[in-house]
Amino acid sequence: MNRRDSLKALGLGTLSAGLLLEACKTDTKKGAEETTTAAAGDEVGRQPFEVERDKKLHADKFFTAAEMATITVLADIIIPKDEKSGSASDAKVPDFIEFIVKDMPDHQTPMRGGLRWLDLQCLNRFGKPFTDCTKDQQIQLIDMIAYPKKAKPEMAQGVAFFNRMRDLTASGFFTSEIGVKDIGYAGNQPGKWTGVPDDILKHYGMENVKASASM
Amino acid sequence: MSDLQIKKSSATYDVVIVGSGAGGGMAGYVLANAGIKVLMLEAGAYFDPAKDSQQLKWPWESPRRGAGTTRPFGDFDAAYGGWEIDGEPYTTKDKTEFFWFRSRMLGGRTNHWGRISLRMGPRDFQAKDGLTDDWPITYDDVKPYYDKVDRMIGVYGTKEGLENEPDGIFLPPPKPRLNELYIVKGAQKAGVKIIPGRGSVLTEALPGNKDRGACFFCGQCGRSCKVYGDFSASSCLVIPAIKTGNLKVITNAMVREVITNAEGLATGVSYVNKEDMQEYQVNAKTVILGASAGESARILLNSKSAQHPGGLANSSGVVGRYLHDSTGSSAGGFLPQLMDRKRYNEDGVGSVHIYSPWWLDNKKLDFPRGYHIEYGGGLHMPSYGFSGGIQNMNGVVPGRDGKMKEAGGYGASLKDDYRRFYGTQFGMAGRGTAIARYDNYCEIDPNVVDKYGIPVLRFHYKWAPEEIKQAKHMQETFQEIMHNMGGAIYGPPQGPETNYGLEAPGKIIHEVGTIRMGNDPKKSALNKWCQAHDCKNLFVVDAAPFVQQGDKNATWTILALSMRTAEYIIQERKKLNV
Repeated sequence: MNRRDSLKALGLGTLSAGLLLEACKTDTKKGAEETTTAAAGDEVGRQPFEVERDKKLHADKFFTAAEMATITVLADIIIPKDEKSGSASDAKVPDFIEFIVKDMPDHQTPMRGGLRWLDLQCLNRFGKPFTDCTKDQQIQLIDMIAYPKKAKPEMAQGVAFFNRMRDLTASGFFTSEIGVKDIGYAGNQPGKWTGVPDDILKHYGMENVKASASM
Repeated sequence: MSDLQIKKSSATYDVVIVGSGAGGGMAGYVLANAGIKVLMLEAGAYFDPAKDSQQLKWPWESPRRGAGTTRPFGDFDAAYGGWEIDGEPYTTKDKTEFFWFRSRMLGGRTNHWGRISLRMGPRDFQAKDGLTDDWPITYDDVKPYYDKVDRMIGVYGTKEGLENEPDGIFLPPPKPRLNELYIVKGAQKAGVKIIPGRGSVLTEALPGNKDRGACFFCGQCGRSCKVYGDFSASSCLVIPAIKTGNLKVITNAMVREVITNAEGLATGVSYVNKEDMQEYQVNAKTVILGASAGESARILLNSKSAQHPGGLANSSGVVGRYLHDSTGSSAGGFLPQLMDRKRYNEDGVGSVHIYSPWWLDNKKLDFPRGYHIEYGGGLHMPSYGFSGGIQNMNGVVPGRDGKMKEAGGYGASLKDDYRRFYGTQFGMAGRGTAIARYDNYCEIDPNVVDKYGIPVLRFHYKWAPEEIKQAKHMQETFQEIMHNMGGAIYGPPQGPETNYGLEAPGKIIHEVGTIRMGNDPKKSALNKWCQAHDCKNLFVVDAAPFVQQGDKNATWTILALSMRTAEYIIQERKKLNV
């Protein structure tokens, strides 16, 4: 159902429909290009301190170029391109991570320190920082920190860092336009909720489940 | 030299209302529609959901992807404010805890609330439990106003005939989501009553109302609704009241105190205008406080005079006392049988689709009163934190090949896991009755003022064994329900080290009780019409008058009581009593 049809199906009054169309127009336009930042001028309903704060965060820089390069390699190891969608860096996950550590300073030391920890491990093992290692060497190191249950105790700091990096990558990727499409989220548009579709109810054997005080 | 001076208005309004949330909004709406000239003072900015809501934005339109850095419930949430506001501190006493959520905006906290709209029942007004105080009014006194609120604002639900969960005048409820059907099954098997939710969302057009659109099921009530499809005091009360021409709103007006005359009657209020930082006084024949349980108590305690030395309406000394928030504890997990589920739009409404009203007999339990349970889960819009901690999920269920996987990981197989687990999670949260106690209170901190020079509140709040035992019972119930959901994966119950997951006081944002009503002026600040015993032209219409909250969320009762008080004021004005 396209938006016009769904509006008709809803039987909304002209006032409501007008507002909805306005809202839909905005998201269609925004959806046209992948972006990691809120559009400039999109300040309606935002408090002045929030607008100022965002401007400052966007202007500030936290990670060095070398750190950003490592973050990019790591993000693409965590979420690579596959037959269904692009990679973390295609979805501009590194830019999101740069923003979020400024927005949430609690991430800063664990991220900066974790990246350094990673480089030191690589220097000791392979004589080169992480980004200069071969793909095989990088994966060799990642394999030591990507599996919390089987990682060696002396790698625990690396595990903690990689858990954080994995979470931030997933957050950044699946909230991007590429990621939302990949995950198949079908909402955020006018519709009419009439319950779980019949074929799905049947598939899970839920046709007769009903919330009621008399049950 | 400072040019600060107090600007006194020469006009006298019929009524000045402090606050524009559920209580202030309803009083303003009723009075303005009766032709009474009302001035409303709001401490925050103007907010119209039609224009200011973040509804239908995509996660990538927020640089923090919807995270709650500046707004505790997320970047798109409607509430301006939170538990901390710059320049407006509050303090705590004796190493106790209280968290005070404030929304400085037209409509207050109703712009973002969960829209769960429950009536208190007969046994909530008169519990006869030997522990809590009776209200001076009964359910039957309030029922006509609940009915009017239902018709005027709209609420969905089902008639269930439960004695202490009175039925209302309902629109059809939204059907459960898939995860919620598993919860229904699990709860029923565990002997926990579970019924369709009750929420102030227009699942159908509201009869007789042309200003509000029906819900279009985006599930984003927390962002406030551009078509006014849910209840916010801004969209449903204040903005319509402004249109009558009888209600004027001054925003960014932070009220300092209520002014009284030599007879001890209220003559108006003083406030600081946050925009020009000047001091103002306005006159009114009647003063109504609807600033929130905390803020209204603060205003009264700061309104000291020769006639009211302990603060206005406080000869009893109860103002600030009996502060209580709902108890809260929660649990959650995921359903492996829903992995790889088919995608469809499962946004539903932004309030609860199902809930469990209190279902047990306290005589058989080691704590008084009870709690209800709110549930959720489904194919929600991804936002910051999406699938966080996947290493705790993907190692406990078999992969596509039927073999167990090593937890954590990376790469194509991890990317596949994120897809597989999407929409499998569910959660449940108990919300229960906390006992109103004299020793849980807010008072004026003798040493601290906010940036406007207004003395701030200091809180003293401790949970007692009754609340902790209730949280323990919640955790045990959650375990039973989750066990009976069939294959759900979840963690162990929370134990004594966290008070069984009992949230800190204030975290549920249902604080009430600080200016309690009662028949005895020595033991209460307000009479049964929410009129001050000590000052007959002063009324309180937020949750401060509550004697004892049930497990029911406060908003529907605030609306009903405020409407009742506003109608009483109209009657008294006709008799020239106020």
